[in-house]
Amino acid sequence: MNLIARLTERSWDPATSAAAAASATGPEDVFAGRQTMLHIFLVIVSVIFMLFFLTFIAHSQYPGFETLTGEPWKPLASTTQLWINTGVLVLASLMMHLGLTRARQGQMGQAIGFTLVAAFFSLQFMLAQLWLWRDLHSMGHTLVSNPSHSYFYLMTGVHALHLAGGLVIMLGALVLIWRRAAIERLERSLKLCSTYWHYLLGLWLVLFVLLTRSPETYRTIAILCGLG
Amino acid sequence: MTHVPIADQPMDDHHPTSFVAKYVWSQDHKVIAIQYAVIAIFVGVVALILSAFMRLQLGFPDTFSFINPNTYLQYMTMHGMIMVVYMLTALLLGGFGNYLIPLMVGARDMAFPYLNMLSVWFYFVSVIILLASFFVTGGPTGAGWTLYPPQTILPGTPGNEWGIILMILSLAVFIVAFTMGGLNYVTTIMQARTHGMTLMRMPLTIWGIFIASWMGLLAFPALLVSAIMMAMDLLLGTSFFMPTLVSLGNAVDHSGGSPLLFQHLFWFFGHPEVYIVALPAFGMVSDVLATHARKNIFGYRMMVWAIVIIGALSFLVWAHHMYVSGMNLPFGFFFATTTLIIAVPTALKVYNWTLTLWQGNIRLTPPMLFAIGFIFTFIHGGLTGLFLGNVIVDVPLADTMFVVAHFHMVMGVSTVMVIFAAIYHWYPLITGRMMHEGMARVHFWTTFLGSYAVFLPMHYLGFMGVPRRYFAMGDTAFMPESTHALNASITVFALILIAFQAVFILNLIWTLRHGREAGKNPWGATSLEWQTPDVPPKHGNWGDKLPVVHRWAYDYSVPNSTQDFIPQTVPQGEMLEKSAAGQTEGKSS
Repeated sequence: MNLIARLTERSWDPATSAAAAASATGPEDVFAGRQTMLHIFLVIVSVIFMLFFLTFIAHSQYPGFETLTGEPWKPLASTTQLWINTGVLVLASLMMHLGLTRARQGQMGQAIGFTLVAAFFSLQFMLAQLWLWRDLHSMGHTLVSNPSHSYFYLMTGVHALHLAGGLVIMLGALVLIWRRAAIERLERSLKLCSTYWHYLLGLWLVLFVLLTRSPETYRTIAILCGLG
Repeated sequence: MTHVPIADQPMDDHHPTSFVAKYVWSQDHKVIAIQYAVIAIFVGVVALILSAFMRLQLGFPDTFSFINPNTYLQYMTMHGMIMVVYMLTALLLGGFGNYLIPLMVGARDMAFPYLNMLSVWFYFVSVIILLASFFVTGGPTGAGWTLYPPQTILPGTPGNEWGIILMILSLAVFIVAFTMGGLNYVTTIMQARTHGMTLMRMPLTIWGIFIASWMGLLAFPALLVSAIMMAMDLLLGTSFFMPTLVSLGNAVDHSGGSPLLFQHLFWFFGHPEVYIVALPAFGMVSDVLATHARKNIFGYRMMVWAIVIIGALSFLVWAHHMYVSGMNLPFGFFFATTTLIIAVPTALKVYNWTLTLWQGNIRLTPPMLFAIGFIFTFIHGGLTGLFLGNVIVDVPLADTMFVVAHFHMVMGVSTVMVIFAAIYHWYPLITGRMMHEGMARVHFWTTFLGSYAVFLPMHYLGFMGVPRRYFAMGDTAFMPESTHALNASITVFALILIAFQAVFILNLIWTLRHGREAGKNPWGATSLEWQTPDVPPKHGNWGDKLPVVHRWAYDYSVPNSTQDFIPQTVPQGEMLEKSAAGQTEGKSS
């Protein structure tokens, strides 16, 4: 039954209400609940980043705002390091996917192996981001040197925090599964983890694109959003 | 893999076996609800006392030495923030949401009981951090509950050292707590409803809480984002919101920030927050009115849609709080229009509440008195909202007492009236005892009339141009002597109103032991929470088997019924006189 039909149910009328109830599914499975919770959580994270993006775009229209790319002396003039970091995160996401595939095939040992490699790459990504921060800082592009720099540190930092949180929860789940010898839970846990990892990869790509645009692009987005 | 219904999760892994597990680190939604409620009521009383201090200064200026311009601003800030966020939001969603959701949808507990427990303890920590600001150097922040930069973090504003840091930290912890709770509320309502509980069979209380939880999950991130960015401006020297300026003769180190951006972020949270508080109240008052008028709610489907539409529209009106901050004309027109449009579904709800009462078998019980009182105060506060939604009327009134009167009527008094109605209504279920009726009636009349005595004259003060947030009015020429007399009278009535809340607290505590036994379903209500095998419901709520729902939640005074209510668990055709039962079955088939 689709949502419109569910919301137009004439619940005061015994006949139609009984028919609607008969076609309803009843309480869902526990795992479905976890999945729903994760999806809602991702919506919340999206709102947080959307607000960061919007304020970033609004800021980009103020005098004194410097874009991060475009000239040789700008902090992200060379995007090589960003591409390398992106590659590492893609690998993490890929390993997570392989882990899930193996778990679905019942190859639990390999599934755990791929998951741990995904964790390794995720950690690598965070270290690489830290490396980038250090480089930029040493070149004088500090947190306070320009609002655009502040946004760079803020958004990449919050993104890395989400990845770190995901890592903690994933490793915690693996330990729990191992302790309780509940290997049948692995596939479900990995499904949630891989959704989260793919989402964070997507978010990073959006961040990457946003942070490396030209003033003209920011101007166009600002006009489209009514911020210009 | 075995299918474990989310509504019927085994309780073994968190069944309390000790006092601590039962009352402190409890995962039972009912205990968590009471923990939420007790903390919220406590912190609400603190905020109420702060309002008394403010009124003392306004009514009798320069009489009390402990109230100076700085402390006045601190009381005002803390009163506002505590009441809106830490009291109303926490009590309505953390308290009532936690208690009622699983019981009203027919689940054993929340979808994630452990997360639920974490939620209440994070809330507790956020309150401790907030209250700690009274004891740090400089005291709590006095920037106003809106925390507008740049003045919030500049020298000269009270609490700009530690107070604002603790406020931001406390808000961040509160938002984490709310998110854990909100995820639980939404998931439980979406996926843990028992068999037969379709969306349109849910009581309006659940609809209100459901949409408000969604709104909270989507709106609180705006507050979190603004809190993070402001904390960085304050502690790390960034310039998200801080422009170049000279403060107390010194140029600040910031440049390039926009205070207006903060206002947009704050109100993108702030306006939905009004409805995060109002929608659960709308839902609960609908159920109280239907139960005590022995009549089905008028226009149920319309009421559900109105809740959903109000929830959606409330994200499109935030800038009506910023007319005086300056905006271009089309924006002003847009926000004025959306603001007035939101009045349509809201008015529709008011008509439906009134029509629910029409020809009902009204029982003027304490919950009903408060529910009817709510209709009065809400109409009053809602109508003044129409004034302020218009740019041209708002501009001269924005910084006056008129606004204080408006939002207290619509968001403070109205919501609190519903909270009282709900407490009197569900107290017998929670404790198994009835609250004392005499004390309740005294409480109602003093609260209802007291609220009018306080806030009605305040509108006139606003029309006369008496500003809000001012420590002292001085000998301003445009304010006649009568404004001071009116201010004094408001203070006297406010103190009386506050004092009589003690009757409620006393009633709450006294009846816990000495109240009359309530028995099962003392109001003759139809919704599921009253159909539990035990009163108060035990851990797991439903005994061996989950209930099955056969009808909507408003079968009151059904023609040919053997009694004037039919619980949701009664199959169609039962509890009808024989001839009528035959007709119904024929119709169903």
